Amino acid sequence: MDISTIILTAGVIGGIAAICASALAVAAHCFAVEENPKIGELEKRLPGINCGACGYAGCSDYAKAIVTEDEAIDRCAPGGSDVLEALGEATGAAVDAFEKTVALVHCAGDVDNARHRHSYNGIMDCHAAHQLAGGDMTCSYGCLGYGSCAHVCPVDAIEIKNNLAIVHPDLCIGCKACVTSCPRNIISMVPASQKIHVLCSSKDKGPIAKKACKVACIGCRICAKLDESAFSMDGFLAKRNYSNQVSNPAVIEKCPGKCIVAVGVDNTQADQKGEPSCA
Amino acid sequence: MRVTRALRKLRGSIHPQYFKGLTSDCPITEMPIPQKLYLSMSQHLGAPAKPIVAKGDVVTRGQCIAEATGYISVPIHAPVCGKIVDIDSAATPAGTMAPRVVLETDPDNTESTTMSPLSDWQDRPQEELITRISEAGVAGMGGAGFPTHVKLSPPSDKPIDTIIINGAECEPYLTADHRLMIEHSKGIADGIRMMCYILNVKSVFVAIEENKPEAIQAMQDALANAEKIDATVCILPTEYPQGAEKQQIAVTTGREVPSGGLPMDVGCVVENVGTVLAIAEAIEKGIPLTQRVTTVTGHIVKSPQNVLAPLGTTYADLVSFCGGLTAEAAKVISGGPMMGMAQPNLDVATTKTTSGLVLLEQSRVHIYRALPCIGCGRCLEACPMNLVPAAISYAVEGGDYDRAESLNILDCIECGCCAFVCPSSRPLVQHFKLAKPKIILKSRQAADAKGAK
Amino acid sequence: MTEAANPIYTVSSAPHAHSGDTVRRIMLDVIIALIPAMIAATYFFGWHAIRLMLVCVIGCVVTEAACRKMMGRNLAIDDLSAVVTGILLAFNLPPSLPTWQALFGCIVAIAIAKQVFGGIGYNPFNPALIARVALLVSFPAAMTRWHSPLNTARWTSLGWIDGATTATPLDMVKTAITSGDPIPFSWDGSMAMRFFVGNMDGCIGEVSALALLLGAAYLLWRRCISWHIPGSYLATVVLFAGILRVLNPDANMPVSFHLLAGGLMLGALYMATDMTTSPLSKKGQLFYGVGCGLLTMVIRRWGAYPEGVSFAILLMNAVTPLINQFTQPGIYGHKK
Repeated sequence: MDISTIILTAGVIGGIAAICASALAVAAHCFAVEENPKIGELEKRLPGINCGACGYAGCSDYAKAIVTEDEAIDRCAPGGSDVLEALGEATGAAVDAFEKTVALVHCAGDVDNARHRHSYNGIMDCHAAHQLAGGDMTCSYGCLGYGSCAHVCPVDAIEIKNNLAIVHPDLCIGCKACVTSCPRNIISMVPASQKIHVLCSSKDKGPIAKKACKVACIGCRICAKLDESAFSMDGFLAKRNYSNQVSNPAVIEKCPGKCIVAVGVDNTQADQKGEPSCA
Repeated sequence: MRVTRALRKLRGSIHPQYFKGLTSDCPITEMPIPQKLYLSMSQHLGAPAKPIVAKGDVVTRGQCIAEATGYISVPIHAPVCGKIVDIDSAATPAGTMAPRVVLETDPDNTESTTMSPLSDWQDRPQEELITRISEAGVAGMGGAGFPTHVKLSPPSDKPIDTIIINGAECEPYLTADHRLMIEHSKGIADGIRMMCYILNVKSVFVAIEENKPEAIQAMQDALANAEKIDATVCILPTEYPQGAEKQQIAVTTGREVPSGGLPMDVGCVVENVGTVLAIAEAIEKGIPLTQRVTTVTGHIVKSPQNVLAPLGTTYADLVSFCGGLTAEAAKVISGGPMMGMAQPNLDVATTKTTSGLVLLEQSRVHIYRALPCIGCGRCLEACPMNLVPAAISYAVEGGDYDRAESLNILDCIECGCCAFVCPSSRPLVQHFKLAKPKIILKSRQAADAKGAK
Repeated sequence: MTEAANPIYTVSSAPHAHSGDTVRRIMLDVIIALIPAMIAATYFFGWHAIRLMLVCVIGCVVTEAACRKMMGRNLAIDDLSAVVTGILLAFNLPPSLPTWQALFGCIVAIAIAKQVFGGIGYNPFNPALIARVALLVSFPAAMTRWHSPLNTARWTSLGWIDGATTATPLDMVKTAITSGDPIPFSWDGSMAMRFFVGNMDGCIGEVSALALLLGAAYLLWRRCISWHIPGSYLATVVLFAGILRVLNPDANMPVSFHLLAGGLMLGALYMATDMTTSPLSKKGQLFYGVGCGLLTMVIRRWGAYPEGVSFAILLMNAVTPLINQFTQPGIYGHKK
């Protein structure tokens, strides 16, 4: 091949590139959209995973909202305290102490524990199963185990094990996507520092709850009596008060329904279920 | 009185196995009153009725025990005398939770409260008759349970010129309407005349599938000397879903209900034959709707029958009245096998819309194990609305609801033809049923957001 | 009430009835429909037809199983789709193609044309045709060397039959027309009858129009295929060939020749009608058939290859999604 051909080719291509580049440069200059430089600055400080936990379509949307709509800076759950501090530094807003929250499925009714009322055949989706006669479990509150929450989790922090959804707290970024995906509304955000939870959502009376599931709150009030600050009763269901730590770990052993469990000590709630060794 | 054939073919249809022979020759049998009746307050479409009795109250037959809670709602009456023993909450056949009144019956007490018969209905104002229909708790008995008085009070800008009486009964197994037309053709004819009077309409089509020659003959005879109305018995080919409202309007009148519209948009009112009979009873005899014919059938039912049972009869009572089962049931369907609802147990009780109870043994239960779509196009051929179920199902499964909407998922009538024919056993209509409410909710939210701005 | 024995019922969303048709049954029907053509292939090409069909079926099924296993999916070979692909691939091969080349075809068909896209239902192109075209461009000599049907050595020679190579009728016609020579055989009724029965040079499965039509009649009766694709395909070929013949009888063969020679029957009845790669709606299928017919005739008349059926169908496979997009049926209740 002739050397002149190579030079010519390189010249032509280079020329076209130069023309296009200058056209782009001119266009970028002439049609530039004025944007508050602060938005870009904030966006850089956000994690950039676009999970939607803040309620906006993505990190840049949230950054824009902070600047233009005075949105609060503490809405980025995955970013944690680092991002919060960084945002506070950039905006000059006051920074409160950040408390990391993780999702928790308030049910321990896996295939061995919870009874099935009928056999469901259809789309593998909790909403679909829930719509048909209120789900295939005898308990009308518990986890159906068809994985709608695992499906929406952006970081695969939810595992379906023996028909029960289990959140891995160390993987959870706190985006709350699973909370709204659950047709039973049994997923809620809990402080990551709290390890002892009530893993039952059944509001049924004791005998009914007990019949439906081996690990059910029967509404006996023992936990509320043992540790008044950390437990309260909502009808026949014990509730954790997450503003206080559990002061009396004996509740785990004393719970006759075995539904008060220390979760996350070994990273999964199922491994700890029914055998509270950490207390 | 004329007899015609369907004006056109359905755009898509299927030919399931009908098994109507199990019960089509069984006369309607009245069931002895069961010990307890479980009356759901959500027997119709719309707002559930509100109980107006308390635990311990003694009620008589025909007494109103729950009042309507809105315009699209109807009251509920006690089917027999007895005592209210409990008011709790339970699952309806549709699977939703609703308040329920438990009535311990007193079969020996035959006392009854009825409303005054309006045998001179032709001389009374239409409004009075509509009020009576509403007070008698009449709701569509074909399956949806839409309150009848609403259908009979169309807005003034939607003039009605045609009434279609739906006797197609295209669902496999069911023969309740078939028997009603044979045994109560006169009552149905009376009801038709009342509807014509109320709506001030002359043109009436009675649509019956051709696999019910006796019913066609009976309705022809009953309508033979009906004066003042222009009645036509329209014989439809036997195919599913011939009884779907939109399809029936198209095959009898040639009109097409616009997308998102109602039959009244094309000047039609469609009523099921059972509802028509209930209208006649309510007006002429003053009897509220407290019982209905339910086809209890299936190959494992010892003696399948068309049972006239009071509302609130549990499925277990119905089955034991029909002699029990010869083998263990694997699936219990309230309604027909194409659109009926599978039940988790036999403790559920009949409502105004329970047209049938089908019990299937294991070998007849189709288990859905979805394979990928092989693009055979059978769902397109089967769809009576001419949708492309294969494409919509992929859009829904992928979470692309906008695309599903642009493929007109909202026009789906949920007849189930697509899933019936799919060789890959894909849950097509099942996906649509799941996605449609979400899409409607989303578009409503979008509209609200627009309105707010 | 039912406390004593609490049977567990199956609960699912309606419909609770099903036609009972399965993918497996459809594939079985296709295999049944291909039996006459398999018998014809065996009759005309003897041992070589049996060899190719066996190799291709086994090759395809084994490849499918291996792919599924590697991908960690369920095996799914019981849907018989790999068997159908194997038979159709064998039908598209010349009788004396070496076994290893046929196996290469199987791997292309199943691994590359089907499983990389996700397996049954997801392949955009007909796997057997992709394999045929891959073989055609990889081994052009072997794929265009033919030996005559009813060759005396067809039951005795296990390998390549020497000295018996001929050309397919389409080859001869193309060569004659492009070089301006007279066509080396006379086309008359008895010749057409010979072709119709299958006594002509070609791939093992494409020769006997009679056997293929028999099978297609079965498929039509079983409603596995509809008339739309083969009908519009063949009609377009008839029309196109007819017009060419009328315009210039010297340079074009009659319509009957175009119908019977080459792989048109096999293509129109079995390859173009592949469910996954053809349009969903009947209207779309008509467009698709017409497109196949036009492309086939354009390639036969003006293209470099004597036969254009495979390329025509593959090209139309590529536009199938587009056809699907533009042939949405008129929905009930929507203004037209």
